[in-house]
Amino acid sequence: MQNLIDLQPQLWQAAFETVYIVALTLLFGGAGGLLLGLALYLTRPGALFAQRVVHGVLNVLVNVFRPIPFIIFLAAAQPLARLVIGSGSGNPAIVFTLSLAASFAISRIVEQNLLTVQPGVIEAARAAGAGPFRIIGTVVLPEALGPLLLGYTFVFVALVDMSAVAGYIGGGGLGNFALLYGYRQFEPVVTWGAVLLIIVLVQLVQFLGNHLARKALRR
Amino acid sequence: MTPAGDGTARSTGSVGSAVRLRDVVKTYPPREKGGAPLTAVDGVSLDVAPGEIFGIIGYSGAGKSTLVRLVNALELATSGSIELDGRDVTGLRERELRGLRAGIGMIFQQFNLFSSKTVWGNVEFPLRAAGVPRQEHQRRISDLLHFVGLADKAHAYPDQLSGGQKQRVGIARALATEPRLLLADEATSALDPETTQEVLALLRRVNAELGVTIIVITHEMDVIKSLADRVAVMDRGRVVETGRTFDVFSQPREASTRRFVSTVVGGTPTAEERAVLAARHPGTLVAVQVAEGGVDQRQAFATFARHGLGFEIVHGGVHEVQGRTFGTLTLAVTGDGGAVQEALAELGGAATALEVR
Repeated sequence: MQNLIDLQPQLWQAAFETVYIVALTLLFGGAGGLLLGLALYLTRPGALFAQRVVHGVLNVLVNVFRPIPFIIFLAAAQPLARLVIGSGSGNPAIVFTLSLAASFAISRIVEQNLLTVQPGVIEAARAAGAGPFRIIGTVVLPEALGPLLLGYTFVFVALVDMSAVAGYIGGGGLGNFALLYGYRQFEPVVTWGAVLLIIVLVQLVQFLGNHLARKALRR
Repeated sequence: MTPAGDGTARSTGSVGSAVRLRDVVKTYPPREKGGAPLTAVDGVSLDVAPGEIFGIIGYSGAGKSTLVRLVNALELATSGSIELDGRDVTGLRERELRGLRAGIGMIFQQFNLFSSKTVWGNVEFPLRAAGVPRQEHQRRISDLLHFVGLADKAHAYPDQLSGGQKQRVGIARALATEPRLLLADEATSALDPETTQEVLALLRRVNAELGVTIIVITHEMDVIKSLADRVAVMDRGRVVETGRTFDVFSQPREASTRRFVSTVVGGTPTAEERAVLAARHPGTLVAVQVAEGGVDQRQAFATFARHGLGFEIVHGGVHEVQGRTFGTLTLAVTGDGGAVQEALAELGGAATALEVR
């Protein structure tokens, strides 16, 4: 217990790094996933920009990358990280790789949630003379906002999970803290401290996500 | 009156019809490779006069919904010509079609309101899409919400409204761009009978007070009875019969029309029903088609009485369409067999003896 109290500065630093990594990933990966998910949704047969071939290619792409376990993806994508951001290690590298991996996962969540929008509502918008971009921006996305917010909340929790392996490529965060100061030092109390903090963090974000989604759904 | 895109359509000069369809065909590619293409609309020709309420009736899957979607180009016709107010609209480009759609209102069975927008936002949507100047929105939306009786619900969301209120919002939204044509796709099929009457009354006002031509698609007798001036009967993608509503219902010419009419108005009893009726009532079962202007009830009953026959009504009923009554009555007629034959002969095609197995 005393150890955990002594390690407080490192614990708070680690918590800050987790929030920082996850928040940036949510921003970049979230945007990438939104675009990819929209593309999947819009190119489906019968959709606003139905393109069988494009949809097929995107589908295969997502199916190839999404199932790769993140720790393997992290290693495999290291040269790419080095190429794009100039370094294959540290927090920027983990944000880059995590964003990339998350884009594929998020795209499916986005696609699924957009599919909950009633086709009749889109037809009503078309019947009113609206063009496809107006329909996407003012009908499809607002209609799916509630489920999308819940989806992104789910993603946040998944990202906290994924970010825990950041230590393998020299990144920080609570996962790294728990391994470094808890597991390897045989200090279970320190590990539990990190676990507790993650639970609190996840609870807070889930609460916020539920609240926003409820507002969007007005229930 | 229609705000957008009208300048782009070609004029062909055949003024007189609000909607004029000629040999319109819509086929969909086969579901599977090597399968047969699906023909949803098969060579339909129709004329809808300006200011009338035109009904399109038929069983589900008859192609009614597809046909009406060809009118506002939500679906594009495979072949044939479609003219709106004398302008041929087949072959227009997507951008021009958007202007066309903005000038045609449409309401739906499931209302299809934007659940993320308020009532106000729903009615405003077509105005934004059509590029109506923003300073006009306030007046138009306010007028429309008063017209449909929902001025106090402007800031409510659709899920706070009843079914009837939702459809009234749907109607306000469809009228936002001041269209001259309104398409109603099973607009009351999801509503209870009382609410249906409210919405039908509103549609009559839309037609009478605003002069909007309305095409209603329905399988409900009540809707046709209280709304439609003329009807077209669709069966398997074709229009099998067109005429004044009373005529089509009281004297259907085509077999498929008779079949449809008998299911919605309750025509002659089925074989099972006949067996039950014959067991309970003595005499010969006779079906009599009665219609004002044809053989009416008084005439039919007088004929049986004159031949010394007794009778009771055991099945059927009468309906009123456009202020005139018609129906099919099944009578159990008792008396001399020869007299029954004479009475039937006298009534001609209007009365037929029903076989009972």
